[in-house]
Amino acid sequence: MVNKNARATNPLLGQDHWNIQLDENGRLKHFLTVEGLGSEILTEILDTAENFTSVNNRVVKKVPLLRGKTITNLFFEASTRTRTTFELAAKRLSADVLNINISTSATSKGESLLDTLYNLQAMQTDMFVIRHQDSGAAHFAARHVAPYISVLNAGDGRHAHPTQAMLDMLTIRQNKGHDFSGLRVAIVGDILHSRVARSQIHALNTLNTGVINVVAPRTLLPADIEKLGVKVHYNLQQGIQDADVVIMLRLQKERMQGAMLPSELEYYQQYGLTSDTLKLAKPDAIVMHPGPINRGVEIESSVADGSQSVILDQVSNGIAVRMAVMSMTLGTSAQQTGEEK
Amino acid sequence: MNLSKPLIIKQGRVIDPANKLDAVKDIYIKDGVVAAIEDQINHADADVIDANDMIVMPGIIDLCARPREPGLEHKATIASETIAASKAGITTLCCPPDTDPVIDETAVVDLINQGVKDAAHSHIVCLGALTSQLKGEHLSEMAALKQAGCIGVSNASAPIANTLVLRRALEYASSHDLTVFIQPNDPHLTNDGCAHEGAVATRLGLPGIPDAAESTVIARDLELIAEIGARAHFGRLSSARSVQLIEQAQKQGLEVTADVAIHQLFLSEMDLSTYNSHCHVQPPFRELRDRDVLRRAVAAGTIQAICSDHQPHEDDAKLHPFPATEPGISGLETLLPLTLKLVSENILNWPQAVAALTCEPAAILGIDKGQLSVGACADLTIIDPAKDWTLEAETMHSKGKNTPFLGWHFESQVRSTIINGRLMK
Repeated sequence: MVNKNARATNPLLGQDHWNIQLDENGRLKHFLTVEGLGSEILTEILDTAENFTSVNNRVVKKVPLLRGKTITNLFFEASTRTRTTFELAAKRLSADVLNINISTSATSKGESLLDTLYNLQAMQTDMFVIRHQDSGAAHFAARHVAPYISVLNAGDGRHAHPTQAMLDMLTIRQNKGHDFSGLRVAIVGDILHSRVARSQIHALNTLNTGVINVVAPRTLLPADIEKLGVKVHYNLQQGIQDADVVIMLRLQKERMQGAMLPSELEYYQQYGLTSDTLKLAKPDAIVMHPGPINRGVEIESSVADGSQSVILDQVSNGIAVRMAVMSMTLGTSAQQTGEEK
Repeated sequence: MNLSKPLIIKQGRVIDPANKLDAVKDIYIKDGVVAAIEDQINHADADVIDANDMIVMPGIIDLCARPREPGLEHKATIASETIAASKAGITTLCCPPDTDPVIDETAVVDLINQGVKDAAHSHIVCLGALTSQLKGEHLSEMAALKQAGCIGVSNASAPIANTLVLRRALEYASSHDLTVFIQPNDPHLTNDGCAHEGAVATRLGLPGIPDAAESTVIARDLELIAEIGARAHFGRLSSARSVQLIEQAQKQGLEVTADVAIHQLFLSEMDLSTYNSHCHVQPPFRELRDRDVLRRAVAAGTIQAICSDHQPHEDDAKLHPFPATEPGISGLETLLPLTLKLVSENILNWPQAVAALTCEPAAILGIDKGQLSVGACADLTIIDPAKDWTLEAETMHSKGKNTPFLGWHFESQVRSTIINGRLMK
């Protein structure tokens, strides 16, 4: 008898880094990174999400697409927005949701990620939504879980946060139209530690964006970032000149201790988005931020709350995008093989 | 003492770079030593090994291998790893002092020597700690360690942040004619890094380790070595910049040697792109250009020796997301096969490859091995240069199956290993 919970002793490691996301029919099976997915799949995610926004505006915000499925939110890092929107997305698709929050300190003493996954897998989970502090954690999970399980990456280390990038793309599309080729996008802030920035860069490039600028001091830029297809600016004024979209990233306070920056004040003076600096962008530019916002550190309050800000639209779109990705991954291959398990 | 029967290795191609020998010979081995090397030797009382079409070379000396004993016996033991070594043609292992307990007292040397005596299937030599507990604060009792059998001193991969302590350690070691073995690594620049700082690490979101984490330490240490005239060996180089610094120092006449881990001559940062935790090594795999410069440096003799940097792990050590895995490769069983791949790729010729594994590491360690002169200790490796095989976890002898080379094909294989004149089973 085959024990389906038996642990693979020598896991296959040679699989293609991103193709592990697709099933044999080229459909989305896991959503781990935007990198390597074609514009057709990204557009499908955006179109599906667009359809779900109407569900979210109804009085009864529920569709029975994933009835009987179990989705486990496995969060090894603190999160409010991402976890709750994943939870809402799952519930609006009528799935059963299990939320597990494991603080970093507890895991360092306790069981390994792999053991946690195997235990939850034994409880007949159909999907894992994983946030983890280590880059590559979602790939690791996808490689080790049973074949009928889908894995969604809700943020792994500095590597990727693909649903965030897609909700950002949806927000840009709603405001600037379907053709990204004439757009100038500026991403400003701590690019080095940002999984959001990396996923946005891949998504913007796949959707054929005209110009992508990243703006930060060199201490907050990873090596060879221009090889991802962006232009680097150390100066905010140059970086957001004539931009259609300005994406501000959160600055974590710990960065001061790592000698990456002299002070919050100097950062704000050099890289904070104020109503004055925003005038350098196009008059109809939109301002985005993945949250949570540090007012007065990377963005002026009046800009965050101003008419050009679409920050709260991003949050609403987060639910629709996550519903889209859940229905696409669980609604295809998993449904067919679901009978066999 | 060796009571085994005399041996004659007949008609092998004997490659002994120390004696500039590369010819078909018979080797007569008696009482644990090489008794004669001649065109034809016949003795009625000797066992005969037919080495026709085989390569016969001095036993391999591995400059850096961690048998994990004492301290980490759940990963591997002296018994398991010396069996793996002898199966892989390696007859002497050099063990760095970062065991648990650290080799900074003679009692630990005695403990290891006892373990070797009881269990070892190959020779093991130890490096003593350069500083007490490898903390970089107090000098260890180097003279006593030397008397107890340590053949050099090292702070392993632990840093010495205080330059004055380093200078005094170099001075003290040279007073006692001890070579200092340095694995250059600046802990502040390495920080929490687990991959070469560059395009691949940026794409994968892995914290990067810059080239300078290695080269700044080499540059600093070379300045001190130049000033006080100590003898030093730099181990496990990973970058083109490091090679350049070592080359300059050698041209200036400093007594400086270097080695490289064999995996650095084959893999690069590109191999991390599947988050393959078997490619998590310290120092990290760098760019293809670095790999090529390292290869050329071995051919040119700037880097004298190739080692395994053997670090066996239990499976669980690698079953985590990449940054959380333990670095290191179980490398004993690929040291020779990969080095010989460099011969088939025309990077090295046979004598160069054999020298980098035998007489060069012996000279760096200052031990009387790695060559086949008459009267030398009879440690030999016999290779079948035309035997195809594939590396598989199931057939590895090391307790650690953690290697990115699983599934690789090799064209030559160790046929037998002779240690102290005895044919190893």
